Amino acid sequence: MFDFSVVTAWIDNLLQGCMSQTAAIIIECVLIGLVLLGVYAVFALVLILAERKVCAAFQCRLGPNRVGIWGSIQTVADMVKILTKEIIAIRHTDKFLYNLAPFMVIVGSLLAFACIPFGRGLQILDFNVGIFFMIAASSIGIFGILLAGWSSNNKFSLIGAMRSGAQMISYELSIGLSMLTMVILSGTLQLSEIVEGQNELWFIFKGHIPAMIAFVVYLIAGTAETNRGPFDLPEAESELTAGYHTEYSGMHFGFYYVAEFVNMFIVAAIATTIFLGGWMPLHIPGLDGFNHAMDYIPSVIWFLGKSAVMVFVIMWFKWTFPRLRIDQLITLEWKYLLPINLLNLILMTIIVAAGWHF
Amino acid sequence: MQDVLILRIVFGFLAAIIAVFSVMAVTSRRILRAATYLLFVLFATSGLYFFLNYSFLGAVQLLVYAGGIIILYVFSILLTNTDQESRAPIFSLRRWLAMLATFGGIALMIYLLLTNTWPEATMDTSAEVNMRVIGHTLMGSEKGQYVLPFEVMSVLLLACMVGGLLIARKRS
Repeated sequence: MFDFSVVTAWIDNLLQGCMSQTAAIIIECVLIGLVLLGVYAVFALVLILAERKVCAAFQCRLGPNRVGIWGSIQTVADMVKILTKEIIAIRHTDKFLYNLAPFMVIVGSLLAFACIPFGRGLQILDFNVGIFFMIAASSIGIFGILLAGWSSNNKFSLIGAMRSGAQMISYELSIGLSMLTMVILSGTLQLSEIVEGQNELWFIFKGHIPAMIAFVVYLIAGTAETNRGPFDLPEAESELTAGYHTEYSGMHFGFYYVAEFVNMFIVAAIATTIFLGGWMPLHIPGLDGFNHAMDYIPSVIWFLGKSAVMVFVIMWFKWTFPRLRIDQLITLEWKYLLPINLLNLILMTIIVAAGWHF
Repeated sequence: MQDVLILRIVFGFLAAIIAVFSVMAVTSRRILRAATYLLFVLFATSGLYFFLNYSFLGAVQLLVYAGGIIILYVFSILLTNTDQESRAPIFSLRRWLAMLATFGGIALMIYLLLTNTWPEATMDTSAEVNMRVIGHTLMGSEKGQYVLPFEVMSVLLLACMVGGLLIARKRS
């Protein structure tokens, strides 16, 4: 299997060969930042197009089909349009906080995005507390949303922000606990080691019953964490116009939009990484010929393929289920998901301690 | 491995952020801005931990302070306060006492910083601290391990939660 660290090591050697180490490090940091931002934007464009196509399919429509073949560059055109739009300043607001809020959201999302292992050796941040750092980074976004709702000087925005804050804080517990269940199975927090640990068998099969439960809980909580339907109360358009980003215009609105879609991808990517083996090909113990054949498919394709399936499932949720009420939402988390999660955690601990996994 | 100059620049940058935003957090008259500045201070502090290659503490700082406590602050501000700038005059006696306490504190800190003899660094900060070591130290019951304080803290938090529930339910 191709290891992408060969490429990065080659670039590193090339730069260090023609300049001092300090300059090489600075240039590498800038390059990585640019690549990260570029990939982030491209992912957002692809995901928005995918969302529109999936939505159209569920509603028996065609979706965008005028710009480019099969509507393929529709979102690029949309991006150019939104970049040229005016950013309208609102009176009687705290300008500093109002303008800061979208950036907080995007920074949290970018930090979490940087941790994703896209392929063998293709990962930017690989701390030994990787998955923990990811949860921490994504919690920054909540602050941005609360700030947006407050500084918009609009009661609908404020209600949306409060809903969003309550929802994200609640569901973060479930996300953390279901991840913790899988961390018990893997024995490490480092994302690259978690993926390596699934060389024999993906964790969802290795941990059988508790892993499946954790997977379902994670998907529900992950969908709620990204404020997507059926949990899209913070921006429930029939009640709150657009929730916390009602007052934002131009690219400031675009930031929320982009961050929402990439957050959805991040949730799907974490599901892929900790349950479905990340970039690891499908390996079944005992079938060496099959395992060897699977290794010929590049790791990036494995990762993006599995993530695409997860993204599709999350979109499927959105266009199938009706929206929950706020009390139902909070009840679901605190009365059902949290107890299930805690019991599941104990179950996983027993199974790992007794060695009853595959 | 890395250039000392870069390390100094990064450290100076983080220290400057901490110093500037700390002052701004206590001098701002708008309460939500003060919370935001405090958040920047906490970000920079977690940056310092990452700078020391102690990524666990850095992530904890981000999650607990930036993601938890500041959100809690903002929530309670949103629920209770209107964003009127506080115009309450600060009594001059109070102001003088505060200044006295501040300068006393600064003097004490400077005295301690200048007279203290710093021990040689005992930990190698060039590698990340292994998560397994942190876990065993935190949850182990042997000498030099911290399971008892850890559990006592959890009892304290539980007591706080019960107290909060009691206060919230009093009306009914």
